[in-house]
Amino acid sequence: MLEIHNLSISFQRNRASFDRETLSVVSDISLSVQPGEIVALIGASGAGKSLVAHALLGLLPANATMSGEFIFKGKRLSPAGIQELRGREIALIPQSVTHLNPLTRVGKQVYRSARLSGRCADTAHTSCDRTFARYQLADTVKSMYPFQISRGMARRVLTATATAGNANLIIADEPTTGLDPEVSEQSLAHLKELATQGKGVVLITHDLENGVQIADTLVVLYEGMTVEITPARALEENDLIMHPYTRSLWQALPRNGFMSLPPTPSSSTLNRNGCLFAERCPQARPGCRQSAPSLRRVNHKLVRCNHVAG
Amino acid sequence: MKTSAIIHSFWLQKVGRLMLTLALVATLAFTLVNLSPVDPVTAYLGMDRMQIGQEQEQLIVARWGLDKGPVERFFLWTGNALKGDLGRSMIFNEPVTEVIAKRFLTSLNLMACAWLLSGIFGFVLGVLSGLYKNSLLDRCIRLYAYTVASTPSFWMGMVLLAIFSVQLGITPISGAYPPGTTSADATMWQHLHHLLLPAATLSVIGIAQIALHTREKMIDAMNSNYALFAMAQGDSRFGVAVHQALRNIALPAITLQFASLGELFGGSVLAEQVFSYPGLGKATVDAGIRGDVPLLLGITLFSAIFVFGGNTVADLLYTKLDPRITNRSEPL
Amino acid sequence: MRAPSISLPRVAAVTPIPRLTNRTRAWLACLSCITFLVMLFVAAALLGRSGLDIDFLHRKLAPSLAYPFGTDWLGRDMLTRTVLGLCRSLAIGLLAAGCSSVISIVLGIMAGTMGRRVDSVLSLLIDTVMATPHLVLLILVSFACGGGPQGIIIAVAVSHWPRLARIIRAELLQLRESEFIHLSRKLGKTPSWIALHHLLPHLLPQFMIGLILMFPHAILHAAGLTFLGFGLTPHEPSIGMLLSESMRHLSTGYWWLAILPGLSLVFTVKLFDILGNNLRTLLDPRTAQE
Repeated sequence: MLEIHNLSISFQRNRASFDRETLSVVSDISLSVQPGEIVALIGASGAGKSLVAHALLGLLPANATMSGEFIFKGKRLSPAGIQELRGREIALIPQSVTHLNPLTRVGKQVYRSARLSGRCADTAHTSCDRTFARYQLADTVKSMYPFQISRGMARRVLTATATAGNANLIIADEPTTGLDPEVSEQSLAHLKELATQGKGVVLITHDLENGVQIADTLVVLYEGMTVEITPARALEENDLIMHPYTRSLWQALPRNGFMSLPPTPSSSTLNRNGCLFAERCPQARPGCRQSAPSLRRVNHKLVRCNHVAG
Repeated sequence: MKTSAIIHSFWLQKVGRLMLTLALVATLAFTLVNLSPVDPVTAYLGMDRMQIGQEQEQLIVARWGLDKGPVERFFLWTGNALKGDLGRSMIFNEPVTEVIAKRFLTSLNLMACAWLLSGIFGFVLGVLSGLYKNSLLDRCIRLYAYTVASTPSFWMGMVLLAIFSVQLGITPISGAYPPGTTSADATMWQHLHHLLLPAATLSVIGIAQIALHTREKMIDAMNSNYALFAMAQGDSRFGVAVHQALRNIALPAITLQFASLGELFGGSVLAEQVFSYPGLGKATVDAGIRGDVPLLLGITLFSAIFVFGGNTVADLLYTKLDPRITNRSEPL
Repeated sequence: MRAPSISLPRVAAVTPIPRLTNRTRAWLACLSCITFLVMLFVAAALLGRSGLDIDFLHRKLAPSLAYPFGTDWLGRDMLTRTVLGLCRSLAIGLLAAGCSSVISIVLGIMAGTMGRRVDSVLSLLIDTVMATPHLVLLILVSFACGGGPQGIIIAVAVSHWPRLARIIRAELLQLRESEFIHLSRKLGKTPSWIALHHLLPHLLPQFMIGLILMFPHAILHAAGLTFLGFGLTPHEPSIGMLLSESMRHLSTGYWWLAILPGLSLVFTVKLFDILGNNLRTLLDPRTAQE
């Protein structure tokens, strides 16, 4: 349904009176989502996950420059084209209740979202009611303000805003952060349900566990680059070779014993000539610092590492 | 039951606060007035003082209670003030309360017009400026607002007067109604006609503050998470401004407008002086220059109540209109 | 077929717009203010007082090359009067703002250091001063002083201090709780050492900027008060006095008597306002690096 090729995003920043510097934040990210598929974008904070989401929605700030290729339902799109899609074809489930207008009643916000997705007044009302029923939100919730609803309820309301329309691609930004286990389970279950209905879901998370739980494909980001694209099943079978970074994330999960990496070097000292992960990589070899690896196909995966073999 | 108790305590607190403020203001004002080297009798009589006898002078002194000590006079004055009697104005030869009531009604037209005009225009300009941040429009509005902030309002009035009344002859030069008529005779149109320039002067200055304030709030609102989410739902920037941002920035703007009644009052003093508009502001200046102590004290107290009223309305609006505060008692 | 890729113009293609950093701006503003003051004083010295002589042959002349600001109803040169008036207004403003900021720092420090009781008394005082409109208080104080230039200066000084006093108090309260002050105390430094080495460097910039920001306000309020007829004598007129006088001649069409002196006042006030705001952005850690 959606394919992104070689997406790069950079920012311009004024340093002194006439001096501008360009910060490359995201470079060379590729991913594709099929109907009914859940793709998890996994990375630490600052890896560029949210920027990719904003790029998909055409919401990058004015000083950002983006290059790359978007293909949605077989059609190539321009930045203007992608802006046409937001709300109608692509919907966002934001991270927290702060994304709701604090002074507008919840029901009205879901209704507004339905209207913006292109529904007329009547169908917007019915679809609004339907989504409220579907996510077990009582009618009284409609007249509440965002600060009055609980976290679990907020999750369901946010999901409702994204599904009150008829979007085929759902982007869920950190759907489990700051939630207790029960509520995050429920939140993920709702995403799974959306995928079963044939919608494409992009799950943005820093938690590999989430991805392994419900996603079909994992896209692992490191410092604004894709380091691995792999089927989620593959991770459970630990013996399958994967990128050292993915492996370290996997080993850092509670069930695998909290093995952690040395801290990330600051991005200013990052060696851009060689492999970005080389500084922290347990398997780094001298050659890693000299030449940057490119994404290559190993078995059924794409890996950005010169030293994994199939 | 619970809410009514909250409302009661709110009003009790407000009334107590008002009483305390008035007492302090009265003490301060009375002390200041008593420090003045201006002799009220001389100020009242002017040149005529040479011609009246010692006896008559004694009579005046006794009538105003000037023969008593300042502390005694203060308690006398406070006691009368509590009964609603603020004394007699020397220059108008009428009870102070009546002078204030009459003059304030005249000023009220002026202030209300200016208040509404500056509020509406300031808000609209601020919203546009914040929405199209750094555009040409925004630059113009900012230049205007910052320049006006360093412009004395009385000079602005003089410029408007020189252009519209003297050069173009569109508006009258002074007063609240045509010379030779009284307030009651003058038609509605004549009143409005005379109101035009003073109100414009006051609002031209008032627009700046509210516009700059609204601009900041608008920029914050447009950068907020909820604005971002609304845009992710496919709304345009303009749509987000109308449907999301406006309701969030309107309340602070209205509150600010109420809280700045003191500046409006001060501005009206200057504007009324420029246009010889017979309102409370003009009376304040006359009382100060001609040493009309009772009137000056009365106006000081009244202006304190006026400012306090504005602040209270601002508080009230905040607590009543913001659902986050109103509905706090029913958490889920 | 070549794919139309999404790419906005590259950075290099964008012509760099000259953007000044805050530091450069502040320096420029400072330089402009100094230049302006020097020019004003030089002009005052060059023009002398000959322009103030009454000259009935050249009465009520519109601005021309010989009289750039025109002449008044007594044939006096308005340029000379404006320049001298501006000097006077600046002096009054500076004096008033200076007095006011001294009051602010004394009361601010008292409120910040002498305990809760003093603090609440002073906050009550601030509330009282703020309870009446500014102008009413100005009129009251100026009446209390019996008019005259000292009345104006005292009035402005007495009514402008609360804002700066609050800032200084807040700064002090915050400093008192900060780690490095606690540490200094534990290291056995005397209170006066702490005051000199830790408090002063924090308070001085706040104080200077408060003073500079107060200055334009003081000029404006002094001018307003003079315009209303309180204070200054017509022999040594400030801009407010000039404007008050020309008010009487405005309706007969002598616009230059009011417009040009007023404009020069606006210019002066704006200049110092820009300086104050630039310095404030420079001091504020959030905006200093932009």
